[in-house]
Amino acid sequence: MSVPLEHDYIGLSDASSLERSSESSNISSDSETNNVLNLKATELRLGLPGFAKNSEENATKFAHVKNFMSGAKRGFSDVNLDGSGKWALNGGSEADLGKASSVLFSPRSGINGGLEKNQVQQSISPPNIEEKKKEHVTGNGALPSAKAQVVGWPPIRSFRKNTMATNLSKGGGDAAAEGSSGGGGCLYVKVSMDGAPYLRKIDLKIYHNYLELSKALEKMFSCFTLGQCTSSGLRGREGICESKLKDLLHGSECVLTYEDKDGDWMLVGDVPWEMFIDSCKRLRIMKGSEAIGLAPRSMEKCKNKN
Amino acid sequence: MCPFPDEVLERVLSLIDSHKDRSSVSLVCKDWYNAERWSRRHVFIGNCYSVSPEIVAARFPRIRSVTLKGKPRFSDFNLVPEDWGADVHPWLSVFATAYPFLEELRLKRMAISDESLEFLATNFQGFKSLSLLSCDGFSTDGLKAIATHCKNLTEFDIQENGIDDLGGHWLSCFPETLTSLQVLNFASLNSEVSFEALEKLISRSKSLRVLKVNRNISLDQLQKLLLHAPQLIELGTGTFMQELVSDPIKDLKNTFGNCKKLVTLSGLWDATPLYLPVIYPACVNLTFLNLSYATLRSGELANLLSHCKNLRRLWLLDTVGDKGLEAVGSSCPLLEELRVFPADPFDQEIFLGVTESGFVSVSHGCPKLRYVLYFCRQMTNAAVATIARNCPDFTHFRLCIMNPGQPDYLTKQPMDEAFGSIVKTCTKLQRLAVSGLLTDRTFEYIGKYSKNLETLSIAFAGSSDLGMEYVMGGCPKLRKLEIRDCPFGNAALLSGLTKYESMRSLWMSACNVTMNGCEVLAKERPRLNVEVMKDEDGDGSQAHKVYVYRTVAGPRRDAPPFVITL
Repeated sequence: MSVPLEHDYIGLSDASSLERSSESSNISSDSETNNVLNLKATELRLGLPGFAKNSEENATKFAHVKNFMSGAKRGFSDVNLDGSGKWALNGGSEADLGKASSVLFSPRSGINGGLEKNQVQQSISPPNIEEKKKEHVTGNGALPSAKAQVVGWPPIRSFRKNTMATNLSKGGGDAAAEGSSGGGGCLYVKVSMDGAPYLRKIDLKIYHNYLELSKALEKMFSCFTLGQCTSSGLRGREGICESKLKDLLHGSECVLTYEDKDGDWMLVGDVPWEMFIDSCKRLRIMKGSEAIGLAPRSMEKCKNKN
Repeated sequence: MCPFPDEVLERVLSLIDSHKDRSSVSLVCKDWYNAERWSRRHVFIGNCYSVSPEIVAARFPRIRSVTLKGKPRFSDFNLVPEDWGADVHPWLSVFATAYPFLEELRLKRMAISDESLEFLATNFQGFKSLSLLSCDGFSTDGLKAIATHCKNLTEFDIQENGIDDLGGHWLSCFPETLTSLQVLNFASLNSEVSFEALEKLISRSKSLRVLKVNRNISLDQLQKLLLHAPQLIELGTGTFMQELVSDPIKDLKNTFGNCKKLVTLSGLWDATPLYLPVIYPACVNLTFLNLSYATLRSGELANLLSHCKNLRRLWLLDTVGDKGLEAVGSSCPLLEELRVFPADPFDQEIFLGVTESGFVSVSHGCPKLRYVLYFCRQMTNAAVATIARNCPDFTHFRLCIMNPGQPDYLTKQPMDEAFGSIVKTCTKLQRLAVSGLLTDRTFEYIGKYSKNLETLSIAFAGSSDLGMEYVMGGCPKLRKLEIRDCPFGNAALLSGLTKYESMRSLWMSACNVTMNGCEVLAKERPRLNVEVMKDEDGDGSQAHKVYVYRTVAGPRRDAPPFVITL
């Protein structure tokens, strides 16, 4: 499998993730939890959010990018606490996402993510970003000096303050140090898809059943499927509709598997959800020839299509 | 000499509701003063210490409804110590004798105990309507008393209070015989109530217009409630996220579609793209949508707003980003009020949220905007100037740049010109809250141009006494001035000597005012209460927190030890 190599393809390794983690405004303290840092490693954010008009335009070219909702905290930490499966990259806004996608799919995209970041920033952002960026990337993993919090500022009423703080600790998917429910609150696993240039990470704790998980994965990896469709010239259609995407994902060509505690690769869906979460170490979406013949379900679909 | 018999005059005057108009009426002549006082049914007291309950009872013998406001507004942000005062009990004691037929009590920032609530419930037989906003000092036990004893209750509105939440049993205390409820709001109470009791209550309350449940009510449960109450005009939902076994989204959509009179929608906690669409059928009639507890993104918001063409008021979280605000600008041309709250106000390292560009987008698409509350982390003078040009009808402009003393992030200049453009262009401005790096120039503009300004909030701004002097020298209609962390000293304080009696109140904290200055003010103006709150540390000469207000009741007798009235 080429997965580990592809992980390095855009220069996001664990080492550089540490640097990047300092950019993320989400970590309030030096996050010891590996979960958080590893998530940073797969983060596609290249710059600061909120300033990228151009990248927004790029984003619209890839409609699926909208599904990659940025990990705005509810209060906000790394992962979208949205239980319906709309999870996202952390730490950035949609603008970042837009930037990220434009980097990936534009001819300019280079392997050195760091270099790319500078380029992107200079072309898009107002001068202020540079300053802020400096402020951000002060030391690996270390936060910029925290300003003392002023009493009663910003002027938010207690009810709202407390509610937002509750949001932080609710949902169990929160990886931030502050207000989080601790290590048991989240369960990040890597998700790879054959043929995709990079992996994703998801928090299994925010889903409640297989349906939600599969919906989330669909959305997350739909871009690669889309790419595949157009590249293979599938009926040359302009916009491929959602049902076709689903078919593709659920169809004869895709199988969702996971690696369990023993290191074996298992088919997702056999065991009760709780048991699955307990034993799942990573996920893999198998495609192509490897997949055919593996899942009984996929065989049926194959027959149905023909 | 008044040509009308008293009865006729009273009858005519009884039709006047506005308390400002009534004040004017009472000044015409003695007959009118009397007719007005006998015909008045509702009294509004903006500062509970400006008058005593005895004086009120003596002047207005036939009151049925009282609105009382207590603590200074900055108490919402923990700037006022507990036990400061504003206890409602002295009022209730007097009302029990003077207004035994009192029907309505609306309190804001008052202290009310469980005993007081029980007193209220048991001493006023016809009591119908209770509204508590930002109050504290009570627990759900007090609510039990109200629920149990008030046989004719029409309104039970409990909002954002410092309440000791001991459980949801209060709801089960509403008797089975109670069928008159019109307003039920317990959205900000966290404990779970008995759904069975709630469902029964809703189903027998045929006149229910307003229902706002708390977050513990699930979508399934909400569905059931709505089936009992399709006549609702205002709805606050519970949580909008749950794992569903079956797929009742269609049912939910139908149910919402059946609520034909719904114009206000709030709650929507944990709203996700999965369930948010169930409200679409109700959106076309909505005039007020409160999404300030729903962590939506721009895409979800855009989809939602495309159904909400008639929106007049919209409250959001800044998770929607500038892109979400673009959607607001393009979907809601009738918008008059926008409030954007920060999802994460205290994480200073985060750079999410909204910027000046979102605000500008809205101003382009919503020229009728008159009320804005906007929390952001960056702003420019140019953007605000554009916004002022696009929306000249602002009556309330509250801009909070969350980092104190932050300049225009592009030009690095102070934000003086921004607020200058607002006060110059928006002549109807009544309320202004400023932020960012501001010099005295901002206040020069405010003093010179804002002829209709009534409320002004200043924090971390100004360069010298001049700033406040400009304001005190201008702003003819100023009523409430609240200042914190500004370099205004005694000269500034005393520059308002002639103005304070025409104002409701002045708050100054963490400024440069000293006890001497306050003493001078108190001496010169005996009809003002000049209260200084002692700071624990620091020397005795600095007046850390100063609260000045006009009063006909003299110095208050219930001041705690840390409050000195000069």
